[in-house]
Amino acid sequence: MWDSLGLMTLKQLFSTYPYAMDFFSSLPNLQQSGECSVAQYFDVIEEDTLQDLGIGRQELLDQFLLFMIQMEKLKEDKIKIQSITILGGNDKNGKPEEIELTIQAGEIVCIVGPTGSGKSRLLADIEWVAQKDTPTNRKILINGQLPDMKCRYSVEHKLVAQLSQNMNFIMDLTVDEFVSMHAESRMLENIEEIKSHIIAKANELAGEQFTPDTPVTSLSGGQSRALMIADTAYLSSSPIVLIDEIENAGIDRQNALRLLIDKQKIVLMATHDPILALMGDKRIVIKNGGISRVIETSEQERKNLVTLTKIDQKMLAIREVLRSGGQIDNILLDIQIT
Amino acid sequence: MQLITVAGPPSAGKTSVIIKIIEALQDEKLKVGVVKFDCLSTQDQILYQKKGIEAKIGLSGNICPDHFFVSNIQDCLAWAQKNKFDLLITESAGLCNRCSPHIRNVMAVCVIDNLSGVNTPRKVGPMLRLADIVIITKGDIVSQAEREVFAFRVKQANPSAMIVHVNGITGQGAREVGQMFKTSESVESLTDYHLKFSMPAATCSYCLGQTRIGQNFQMGNVRKMDLS
Repeated sequence: MWDSLGLMTLKQLFSTYPYAMDFFSSLPNLQQSGECSVAQYFDVIEEDTLQDLGIGRQELLDQFLLFMIQMEKLKEDKIKIQSITILGGNDKNGKPEEIELTIQAGEIVCIVGPTGSGKSRLLADIEWVAQKDTPTNRKILINGQLPDMKCRYSVEHKLVAQLSQNMNFIMDLTVDEFVSMHAESRMLENIEEIKSHIIAKANELAGEQFTPDTPVTSLSGGQSRALMIADTAYLSSSPIVLIDEIENAGIDRQNALRLLIDKQKIVLMATHDPILALMGDKRIVIKNGGISRVIETSEQERKNLVTLTKIDQKMLAIREVLRSGGQIDNILLDIQIT
Repeated sequence: MQLITVAGPPSAGKTSVIIKIIEALQDEKLKVGVVKFDCLSTQDQILYQKKGIEAKIGLSGNICPDHFFVSNIQDCLAWAQKNKFDLLITESAGLCNRCSPHIRNVMAVCVIDNLSGVNTPRKVGPMLRLADIVIITKGDIVSQAEREVFAFRVKQANPSAMIVHVNGITGQGAREVGQMFKTSESVESLTDYHLKFSMPAATCSYCLGQTRIGQNFQMGNVRKMDLS
């Protein structure tokens, strides 16, 4: 690779591989013209400058090549993940789980169980692609097979995106800049288009409007969550999304989940909210650190979901009345409990 | 006897992460000791002792912390051997970002946190760039997108490192790092080993205790800014 890169001029390098600029941005500007070759650029860096940078000449070259190879890899198509399979291990007392559960792309599986029962451990096992090497002795298969274990450490093939209850932004950027930054780190080309999809979708999920110019730090809780879910759906390369309870406030949760499964994500969600739990195709019940059973959502439960959704919408409507300064004198609302 | 050097900016979560990793290794009956290198003071010994981890503290005082590290590391290894540890972890704060306590052929770890901002990976020198493992902390308090951008920037700064997210409070990821530590090469003596990178140059009149300001009092390794 060096043979071809070294001969390129800096100008050619930056126009063929725009991301190469990221690498050079942390190097001194040696007042080289764009016509100078990449090899020349590295040759004329003085020993003192390298000392200041804290790197040796050969290491710098090696890092440059590795950088270019890694960035090219990011563009490669990922192995498509159609399913994950959880092969049972044992609970805290060593009792076997006796379970083999396959979850398909586009499926939602909920995880229920008391605090401290081991829900997070299950999510961690999946994230780590456990191979009987965690305290639960579970084994995780990808597409029915043993996965390439490199995915454990790889940034570009990270399996799991995690949406926790904390969705704070610390960057001092506008929504537009924030999403651009994320899209750039994915090496995408149609950034503008994806950006407008994400912002439109997040606005739809949040209900309360914000613009691309809104600073991310001034988004409300609901807006932040909506933006994060839309961003994960469109921009995260991870095929599995772990959600640690989506709070009720200010977000259309059903629509949010639908977006993720439309994008063929595998959604695993720890929740005690009946609406979310029944939206799942299945739910995993955790007791004493182990999976005690897997319940398929029944027909009757799905019917109940309709009623629960009505109640939820009523609650939302009442909240809306409150928000707009109204009074809640009449609560006897006509929910049809069928 | 295995040795791991852990470095990272102050408050990145080094101590919390190390404690969680050691707890996981202790479950496997491994005996792990820690040497904490710091400058002025540290309360970390109490933290380690509370967890029943044997730890020594080295305070560099008015000496460059990484010079202090390299002058003492051999003795630290001897202390660990005497105590029959399976693994010795050294912890040091990379205070000037140009420092790095990493040693060739010794597993090197850099701990860096999501809250330090996405431009930080570019600003940290050999401590990050020459690490074998980069542990990113405080992922639970930033958004998924920021985590991804931050990890990407770390990857840009050190394309060959293994990048792992560890939560210093819940310990998520710590067990996994412990497994990586177990694969490090055994070290019996550090004599003839080399640092992965040279220390910053010093020795000017101020190193020797000069406090007065002015051209006449500047001697030795002095560098001038270009203010033209």
